[in-house]
Amino acid sequence: MLELKHISFNVSDDKGEKDILKDISLTVEDGKFLVITGPNGGGKSTLAKVIMGIEKPTGGQIIWNGQDITNLSITERAKLGIGYAFQHPPRFKGLSGRDLLSLAHGSTLPEDQCCMYLTQVGLCSKDYLNRQVDNSLSGGEIKRIEIATLMARDLSLAIYDEPEAGIDLWSFNMLVESFKGISKTRKESMIIISHQERIMKIADEIAVVADGYVKEIGPREDIFPKLMSEFDNSCTFR
Amino acid sequence: MNKTDLHMLQAVADLHGIPQGAYNIRKNGEGFDRQSTENIIIEPKKDKPGIDIIVKPDTKNESVHIPVIITEAGVEDLVYNDFFIGDNADVLIVAGCGIHNSGDKKSEHDGIHRFHIGKNARIKYVEKHYGEGEGTGERVLNPVTEIYMDENSYCEMESVQIRGVDSTKRDTIAKLEKGARLVVLEKLMTHGNQIAHSDMVVELNGEDASSQIISRSVAKDKSEQVFYPRAVGNAKCRAHVQCDSIIMDDAKIRSIPEIAANHWDANIVHEAAIGRINNDQLLKLQTLGKTEEEAEEIIINCFLK
Repeated sequence: MLELKHISFNVSDDKGEKDILKDISLTVEDGKFLVITGPNGGGKSTLAKVIMGIEKPTGGQIIWNGQDITNLSITERAKLGIGYAFQHPPRFKGLSGRDLLSLAHGSTLPEDQCCMYLTQVGLCSKDYLNRQVDNSLSGGEIKRIEIATLMARDLSLAIYDEPEAGIDLWSFNMLVESFKGISKTRKESMIIISHQERIMKIADEIAVVADGYVKEIGPREDIFPKLMSEFDNSCTFR
Repeated sequence: MNKTDLHMLQAVADLHGIPQGAYNIRKNGEGFDRQSTENIIIEPKKDKPGIDIIVKPDTKNESVHIPVIITEAGVEDLVYNDFFIGDNADVLIVAGCGIHNSGDKKSEHDGIHRFHIGKNARIKYVEKHYGEGEGTGERVLNPVTEIYMDENSYCEMESVQIRGVDSTKRDTIAKLEKGARLVVLEKLMTHGNQIAHSDMVVELNGEDASSQIISRSVAKDKSEQVFYPRAVGNAKCRAHVQCDSIIMDDAKIRSIPEIAANHWDANIVHEAAIGRINNDQLLKLQTLGKTEEEAEEIIINCFLK
């Protein structure tokens, strides 16, 4: 179980201090699938990075299965079974799709297993096994491989930062099916930062993060209809 | 051969003993062992140190290994090796030099390699340089490579220097006739106070000649690297020069790719980039459970693969 207790995060520059996260508290139960949504600039991606350890919170506590992990490094959190898919994944010269998936898995992955993960994210697997994950890949391709790296891991908590960004409609449909499959068959908890209605529709819970706070959190059945009516009636989330 | 010899042979030529096929092993400035085959003749030069390697026309799927090992301090070795590759031949040539210097005097090997590649012939030439030893004596390697390519010939040259060479000055020239294709892949890592300098001139003289030059390097500590690859198009031709370097610590890198066209239908492109390891790459590998140091090693190894 993941518990965030009064998480705050601020940055300072020439113009002074800016609070990105003001006071975030939420809980993700084991095996639950939480979608975090909200307007751009509201702190969603920062929150995902704080959970992974990429950003250190200015205040508050992160508790993972009863252990305070607030001061643990990224590597230590990864070893506890927490994974994170980048919104803008880095590219690696000389590293093949298979190498990257094997690194994610922790040992050399058999070809058929690599193919399975690549197919799940809508890639024709044979083309990408030996292809380098460098600048020759399009934004959508690298994004899909990024998502596959999380599927190749044995995780207890998977965090995806806007997995839909840069992915074409056909692959998006496939991705939604994959997330549906993961939430049904796997035991891992999932947090997906997303603006997509179709991803929200398959979540167990939805949290709305805006202006550094959790504005609302609750079961999908309660939050989703409210969000939809707000979409229709105002431009809050546009 | 003793343990050090075998270790050096493995480091520079991936050999675990005496190779199959034609070979010439040179140790501490002298010929150590040599074998010719029916199609590949190796003979010592009469007028200066070095060997002639003659590959008969139409020789296919054979290999030549010509490793050089230096295991004594104070050896200064200069050799001239000429390769005559017959028309339509297709061979693998593995060269390389390893210096194990435990003394306080400089050990140096300067190999001057000339390739005369016949019509429609194909070669893959692999050259590895490696240095080690606990002594303070410098380990110096200054290779010169000249490649003369006849019509429709193909040459793939891979040069690798990953560790232990204090100073290297590499000069490469290539002249390509009609339809010839040259692919050069240069991989280099320097550390400590090492200095590496690579000059290359590729002249594309015949119609439809083409070349691809890729240089990948990593400079660590206080090491210095200079790359100066030049592609000159004297006919309708294509060439692509790419220099890509990772810089770390207090290292210095200069990269000066130069392209020149002396024909209206020459198509030559260059790219050069120097930068440190991308922070997101390190973060990504950390999210996969690697430490920062492990992540750095993975990134460098892949980059130089």
